[in-house]
Amino acid sequence: MILDETDLDIMRATQAGLPLTPEPYQCVAEQLGLTTEVVMTRMIAMQEQGIIRRIGVIPNHYKLGYHFNGMTVWNIPDDVIDKLGEKVGQLEFVSHCYHRPRHLPEWPYNLFAMVHGKTREDVDQQIQHIARVLGDANLGCDVLYSTKILKKTGFRSRG
Amino acid sequence: MDDIDRHIINTLQAGFPVCDAPYQQVAMQLGLTEQALIERLQTLLDNGTLTRFGPLYHAELMGGALTLAAVKTPLDRFAEVTEIINAFPEVAHNYARNHALNMWFVIATETPEQIRHTLTAIEQKTGLAVVNMPKINEYFVGLKLEA
Repeated sequence: MILDETDLDIMRATQAGLPLTPEPYQCVAEQLGLTTEVVMTRMIAMQEQGIIRRIGVIPNHYKLGYHFNGMTVWNIPDDVIDKLGEKVGQLEFVSHCYHRPRHLPEWPYNLFAMVHGKTREDVDQQIQHIARVLGDANLGCDVLYSTKILKKTGFRSRG
Repeated sequence: MDDIDRHIINTLQAGFPVCDAPYQQVAMQLGLTEQALIERLQTLLDNGTLTRFGPLYHAELMGGALTLAAVKTPLDRFAEVTEIINAFPEVAHNYARNHALNMWFVIATETPEQIRHTLTAIEQKTGLAVVNMPKINEYFVGLKLEA
């Protein structure tokens, strides 16, 4: 997928958010000197190609009552991590799931899965569920809870 | 936040249409007026219930770079180190976590070179070793949190 300047202009104009006006795509088009048709066509194409993951809202977890946001981390043999990572990523309570590098000796974990719950018990059950999926491949794990949001901004890539 | 707000949040986590009058389309589906939907979204953004509304771009596919990094911050320096790290515009998120590695942050830049540059600058300014954990593979990103 090759993005051209028009795609990048649309990205720059919308990455902070969509205008809260009845015709938001027309509003973006006017800012950029494009037609509404071009803006909408490009945005639909970028969604189909995964450049736009989705259009929608991102709630603040805490404001919705999800006070327990755990980064679960697991030590998984490299030869099975892709197969198991896909399975863990498909669990409906996992918001992000990644393979990341170990930093031995202090950090033996290479599979990261973020889970969210309104109570500690909810999260504990989710962790047990992940552990069951991983089975014997789980060579060790830890859960890091966020104790404070120190900074949170939208991603800004200027393209 | 009332039931209507919850309904809006749950609906708009799944997606938002690309068409001439998308708020009107969603409002009809929710049994609201277009104006009411727009006003409620504005309020939910203003009071921090929503952190964002709009298209979420895949940073790496846009040519940008991301990494997750962590530092082991001495507790008596926590506020100072937070201030140093948060001052970098490249730092998008920063969370305190209950581990020896007690500060975890996401760096987002236009190029991979700038990631390395930012990591080095953070090490120099804080005097702390930064543990860099860029993703090797992504299995899933996305979630609906029931409001």
